Amino acid sequence: MSGLLHGDNAPVLDAAAARGRCLRYRKRILDMSQNVGALHAAPAFSCMEIVDLVYHALMRWSDERDTPDAFVMSKGHGCVSQYVILEDMGILETADIEAYCTPTGRLGAHPDYGVPGIFASTGSLGHGMGIATGMAYAEKLQRRDGNVYLVLSDGECQEGSTWEAAMMAANKSLGNLIAFVDLNDFSGLERMSEAHKAFYPLKEKFETFGWETASVNGHDAAAMYAAIQQRDGDKPFVAVCETVKGKGVSYMEHVPIWHYRSPNPDEYAQALAELEEISG
Amino acid sequence: MRNRFADVFYELGRDDPSLCIVVADISPAGSIARFREEYPDRFVNTGVAEQVMIGMCAGMAQRGLRPFAYTIATFTLYRPFEFVRDDLCYQNLPVTLVGIGGGVTYSTLGATHHAMEDIGIATSLPNMSVIAPCDPLEVEAATRWCATQDVGPVYLRLGKAGEPTLTADAEEPWEFGVPRVIERGTDICILTYGPVAAMAHQVAERARHSGRSVSMVSVHTVKPLDRHKLAELMHSHEHVIVIEETTPTGSLGAAVKQTAWDTQCKARIDTFCLRDEFLHVYGSHQDILAAHGLTEAHICAQLGL
Repeated sequence: MSGLLHGDNAPVLDAAAARGRCLRYRKRILDMSQNVGALHAAPAFSCMEIVDLVYHALMRWSDERDTPDAFVMSKGHGCVSQYVILEDMGILETADIEAYCTPTGRLGAHPDYGVPGIFASTGSLGHGMGIATGMAYAEKLQRRDGNVYLVLSDGECQEGSTWEAAMMAANKSLGNLIAFVDLNDFSGLERMSEAHKAFYPLKEKFETFGWETASVNGHDAAAMYAAIQQRDGDKPFVAVCETVKGKGVSYMEHVPIWHYRSPNPDEYAQALAELEEISG
Repeated sequence: MRNRFADVFYELGRDDPSLCIVVADISPAGSIARFREEYPDRFVNTGVAEQVMIGMCAGMAQRGLRPFAYTIATFTLYRPFEFVRDDLCYQNLPVTLVGIGGGVTYSTLGATHHAMEDIGIATSLPNMSVIAPCDPLEVEAATRWCATQDVGPVYLRLGKAGEPTLTADAEEPWEFGVPRVIERGTDICILTYGPVAAMAHQVAERARHSGRSVSMVSVHTVKPLDRHKLAELMHSHEHVIVIEETTPTGSLGAAVKQTAWDTQCKARIDTFCLRDEFLHVYGSHQDILAAHGLTEAHICAQLGL
């Protein structure tokens, strides 16, 4: 376990360090993409800053399984973002990353409960809100101070089960449940704002379900961190995070085909160059 | 059965603060109401929302609690099926799903409330154990086991109310995973589970009246099925009869016939279960069973007793 992992107090956010990490993580995901036929690079790039914030600046860690806080990656198809972070934190081995999606490894394209640093098996959308609600309720019931962090895709906010659980979380006043919606405006097939107009407004839907909400830029770690620090905490909280699917690579941004596709060698080189350029 | 479950759960819950019950808008029967009054935080009602009932149970189990999900069998298992599969079975969490009114217990409510195929559906899930006690005493033993086990998810299939006690003088104790000989004979072996065991008991009595020596066996744990003991029982009788309240696919009867083939068992085998049909018939529980061909008289006629 790295020195980033603390007992009682979550580490504070160093926004510049977070930017540096997320650049490295995106490159690492691109590296991984060259070994497999397909992976969810664009969905992972979309939530990279959110997941980095959870693991590095919000969660408190004690050991791999029995942590004071929990993190449910309901958007399971974004889990390569978790893998590269957990590798960086020393919770997963480099060998795990190298064996991604191979029979000798233990990491698949969706997170699997039991893998160190992974708190729930997701992949089928609409499951994380219920699990996280149960976890947050268990923390309260057992008089513990654990927070439960939850990352949702925007698409899975179309699942009725997400709203069943959102209502329950509010009924139980689960102020220890902190959710992020990775609002990149794309589901697997198409743009939410074009194909599913009634999906918006989203933040207000959560508000009417009894949640405390904030709208933030999902690639701005400092803004997200501040929103969480400033919440009242009496109700479950959701940061509706505006993001760009495929963030950082021009040909991936807003292009649905990159939901599940690996770049070829030329595209890989271009992506690395563009990421370097952005980091300046 | 429902009341015995409630009494035992209340008793266990007083000593074990991790025991919780999560219901989906079902009125708490008997002692569960008392449990709710005394431990309001450990009684959770998700309302008419079964997916979150299962999802919450998963999260609660992952954070150190021991939740029981509790509602009518169709809504425990069918409505939130993928949540049962992914959240509980895939993650292998020790959550008990209590299905009230398995089979066609809710006889006036139509097939929307009939868990006719629950055995086949529940047993098809990896990691899922399936327990269907035959009387209130077995409900008590099974509930105690569910409250302390670390095996994984369990579908605990209960009847409703008024089931007779059949196992007070049983030959063998209740043990998870092991078919239980209630009465031992030599000629006929009747294998059964759940509330329809009362009918199987009547069939056994008829057979005894006609001079046959009958073993009555409660196969309360339908999964994991102890095929070794099953084969022993099948090979030590000349006639094996299965009586169960479920549709044929994935039934105990199907497993018995498979075991007979696998172990070259020469016994005569007769199986009785629900038809693979929605009947659109209303009446008492016995009326619906009769419409499916499950009566003592019909079974005995088929058997020539």
